[in-house]
Amino acid sequence: MISNKNKKKFLSPGHNACSGCGQLSAVQAVMRGLTADTIIANATGCLEVTTTAYPETSWGLPWIHSLFENASSVASGIRASLDKQKNKTTKVLVQAGDGGTYDIGLGLISGMWERGENILYICYDTESYSNTGIQASGSTPYGAATTTTPSGEQSIGSTQVKKDMLAIALAHGLKYVAQTAAGFPDDITNKVKKALAISGPTYIQILSPCIPGWKINYDEAVLMGKLAVKTGLYPILEYVDGRLNASSISSNFKPEPVNTYLKGQGRFKHLTETDIQYIQNLAVENIKKYKL
Amino acid sequence: MKKTLAIKPNTSLSNKTGAWRTHRPITDQEKCISCSLCAKLCPEGCIEMININNKLKPRTDYDYCKGCGLCAKECPVKVIGMKEDY
Repeated sequence: MISNKNKKKFLSPGHNACSGCGQLSAVQAVMRGLTADTIIANATGCLEVTTTAYPETSWGLPWIHSLFENASSVASGIRASLDKQKNKTTKVLVQAGDGGTYDIGLGLISGMWERGENILYICYDTESYSNTGIQASGSTPYGAATTTTPSGEQSIGSTQVKKDMLAIALAHGLKYVAQTAAGFPDDITNKVKKALAISGPTYIQILSPCIPGWKINYDEAVLMGKLAVKTGLYPILEYVDGRLNASSISSNFKPEPVNTYLKGQGRFKHLTETDIQYIQNLAVENIKKYKL
Repeated sequence: MKKTLAIKPNTSLSNKTGAWRTHRPITDQEKCISCSLCAKLCPEGCIEMININNKLKPRTDYDYCKGCGLCAKECPVKVIGMKEDY
């Protein structure tokens, strides 16, 4: 028997995401920040594939998927239509993964931001192309083994550091740019509400630990999200009008060593002490940069 | 032949993902402190806080619970146990 409550959910159960998926945990928190008067444009990715196995859908909101790269343009079209109808209340939301945001959709996202359209863009950052089999993306961190940056005798995995997507968003003059992580559900919900209250383009990036991609246990997605924040590798940040307004790195921030975060993940298990020290330095740089 | 690509909302409810489960989370309702963290974190959104004797307590929908154990791991008072279930 399917309850009526389930039928009214913005995202109902029965989706095919991995057991313990960090992204879906974050999506549930995002949904609590929305009202029923919302239209979602979704890029290709895990979220799209797992929630919409045709002819079924988990969505209880108007939801559209077109291509990998053009979710932002589809949202622009929806916004344009709403504006033409003089509709000022309906919110438009884009959801994409890091592949669709950092790499494939970047040009069109830049266009959407440039035009200053009233759209909230949420990037669920799994640090790889999780859906197609864990290929490296522009968001893959240094030292992570993926199927396109495997670790081995001659390789430590990815040799690139994460692209600074927040800086790209800020360079477009966005009024609200925020970063958070799965495992902080209330923080995610609050940020979504805040972003939706602002007129104009807004960007929220949520670290979403991926069970097969990060090679972690089914119950560890939230733990990894929290550790990423506690080590300083992925601080919780909020920029309002281009200025750092809130940061998890406050004056009494006591970072945990990055090893606590790295050793729990299969994608980092090959790293040597030198590599770990390099990543520790990245955390130290973050702590300097984002200290409020 | 004309085919429609738009589909009815929330139709994934027919997909009972509870069949994936190998371990079943069981909450000790007596010791539960009603913080609702488990309900907020559940990737399935299948934990609902319901009123039992004027206190909000979690109720897991085993039709959809995949048994990941996230709720048990994150419970601040560790009152959710994972029992073998297959």
